[in-house]
Amino acid sequence: MKPPLIAILALALLALGPVSLQAAGPSVPLDRVKVDLTNQASLQRGAQLYFNYCMGCHSTQYMRYNRVGRDLGLTENQVIHSMIFTTDEDGELVNPGSLITNAMTPAYGEEAFGIEPPDLTLVARVRGEDWLYTFLRGFYLDESRPLGVNNTVFENVGMPHPLWELQGWQEKRADANGGVRLQVVEPGSMSGPEYDRAIRDLVTFLSYVAEPMQVDRQRIGIYVMLFLLIFLVVAYLLKKEYWKDVH
Amino acid sequence: MAGNTADKIQGGVLGWVDARFPLSQLWNEHLAQYYAPKNFNFWYYFGSLALLVLVIQIVTGIFLTMFFKPDAELAFASVEYIMRDVEWGWLIRYMHSTGASFFFVVVYLHMFRALLYGSYKKPRELIWIFGVLIYIVLMAEAFAGYLLPWGQMSYWGAQVIVNLFATIPYIGPELVTWIRGDFLLSDATLTRFFALHVIALPLVLLLLIVAHIIALHEVGSNNPDGVEIKANKDENGIPRDGIRFHPYYTVKDLVGVGVFLIAFFAVVFFAPEMGGLFLKPANMIPADPLVTPDLIPPVWYFTSFYSILRAVPDPFLGVVAMGAAVVVLFFVPWLDGNPVKSIRYRSFAHKLNLAVLVVTFVTLGYLGLQQVTTLYGELTLRFGVMYFLFFWLLWFHSRERSAVFSLVSFALLVGIYTFYDFTRFDPANAQLLMSAWLLPTAYLFVTMVVPVFARNLGRDRPVPERVTA
Repeated sequence: MKPPLIAILALALLALGPVSLQAAGPSVPLDRVKVDLTNQASLQRGAQLYFNYCMGCHSTQYMRYNRVGRDLGLTENQVIHSMIFTTDEDGELVNPGSLITNAMTPAYGEEAFGIEPPDLTLVARVRGEDWLYTFLRGFYLDESRPLGVNNTVFENVGMPHPLWELQGWQEKRADANGGVRLQVVEPGSMSGPEYDRAIRDLVTFLSYVAEPMQVDRQRIGIYVMLFLLIFLVVAYLLKKEYWKDVH
Repeated sequence: MAGNTADKIQGGVLGWVDARFPLSQLWNEHLAQYYAPKNFNFWYYFGSLALLVLVIQIVTGIFLTMFFKPDAELAFASVEYIMRDVEWGWLIRYMHSTGASFFFVVVYLHMFRALLYGSYKKPRELIWIFGVLIYIVLMAEAFAGYLLPWGQMSYWGAQVIVNLFATIPYIGPELVTWIRGDFLLSDATLTRFFALHVIALPLVLLLLIVAHIIALHEVGSNNPDGVEIKANKDENGIPRDGIRFHPYYTVKDLVGVGVFLIAFFAVVFFAPEMGGLFLKPANMIPADPLVTPDLIPPVWYFTSFYSILRAVPDPFLGVVAMGAAVVVLFFVPWLDGNPVKSIRYRSFAHKLNLAVLVVTFVTLGYLGLQQVTTLYGELTLRFGVMYFLFFWLLWFHSRERSAVFSLVSFALLVGIYTFYDFTRFDPANAQLLMSAWLLPTAYLFVTMVVPVFARNLGRDRPVPERVTA
């Protein structure tokens, strides 16, 4: 019943360019993850993984190094030594107040992976935490792909498995119910539960980066609610007092 | 004595101003000596609440304008800059985005109040007309504002809506280029939508709101009983059922403000995305003209009309139907010729008609957010027809209709869409088509045919002389 016009428009635009960036909604069930943004240790471990494994390719261009440091309870020295690996045009170490834009250039990314690695600042809001948690645990060996890996949630993803040293390699197997499951065939440095926890930490960090004021927002919200409840009571009593003489 | 001196100075200043500007007169005419019916109920909060949301939108909008960059290269990043680096920027931005949705919540309830109590009827037709104009300008304002963050949904939503104009015969394509200011949605479109959003449309909106309130205060407020309080005045010329707007309704509205702000800030602080209804996840991706999202639903407050657009197979006729769905509102004061204003004293058939309108509008809104399937497409068509049938029934219930007229017009209406069903009959979907056919048919049957046989269901009740408590 869709008007043909819109369909034609969409088709015309489909023909114009690559469309695989936003894969359709997940066809596989997602594993649930519960992240706790008040858990600073988890956030720090997540940040460690992020800065060691992700930000070489992906930018976080709306976020600043020292904001991450401040919110995660790190000193300026720690920020400089454990988060900043790049220099500016003058060969000076990048300023801690800078945006995290150190990733490879889009052109380089496109040459290497066929697609420019997307910015990850808002990825947790775009994809959702469960999606990220399942995606990062969903890489498996696939000979047919250029980089030898595929993903259960993001089919034919252009990205290699960056955490293979930690997780090891998985293969896709049929399970008893006719579905599929992933099995580690070559262990990495972490056990299954350890890797799951690491990914939960990483997702926690990504959730934080996507909306760094989340915890503040909810904390302040409670005070605002309390104030408004008192306001409502006063307003109601005032109304009752004034309306005594209306019959 | 000190009090006396203070009074004198204040009186003196006020007197000085009053001799030059009708300050006291304005205060009295619109607040202190504006007599409003004493029986306002829950539904009468939404006028003042709409003003409150307007103020929230203007104030937060001013602050956003200070940091936002209306430039296709910078807009998306400037919004994230507001969210992260501007002090309290996130709060201001969430208040503005939540305010947009709440504006429509409040305005829809305000409009429904007018339908409930016949507030559009003589002598309040102009108030209603100004109101519909405000609603249309508000839609344009919201639409222009939604493009500004320059996310994927901003971009593609605007793309779909702007391209609706392309369906207009002959001038369509040129018109669309003229609106965009470019051959595709681009920086030129963003800057002009920014100008419309922050200057042109708010200015028109404010003028229309002033006209709306002046017209209201000229004829006086309606009330849940639909009784004209001015018809019954005491020896001083004050309506017996009227009370001063200030302080009575100012303090009462304060209670409404309290409840409203709790709901509003609960969303702002605890669910600013409202599960994707107020802020869509896909809009967190910067606009990309080369990547079309799979599903491009408009924001929830447009989806009822979007459904009507999608219900019609021909694009241009779809646009006409969607336009008609809004324009028909202008005619409501003349469609409903029933002298009884309030639903309290209207017939069962009319009450049912209004109830079905609510179901229809909400269902169309839900369907407009979904991907079209055979089932949803069929439902959209049926509820789209029922939306327009509401207005027919509004006219039909203007007075008690004869049995012959009721039955003949019922048969005619059912005949028209049944004939259309035959032209599109598909054996594969026969069962769906026939069960969906029952929806508008049952609606018309109960509101038009049943009252012929159970006369009291179609009969209005006597209206009291004075308002009830």
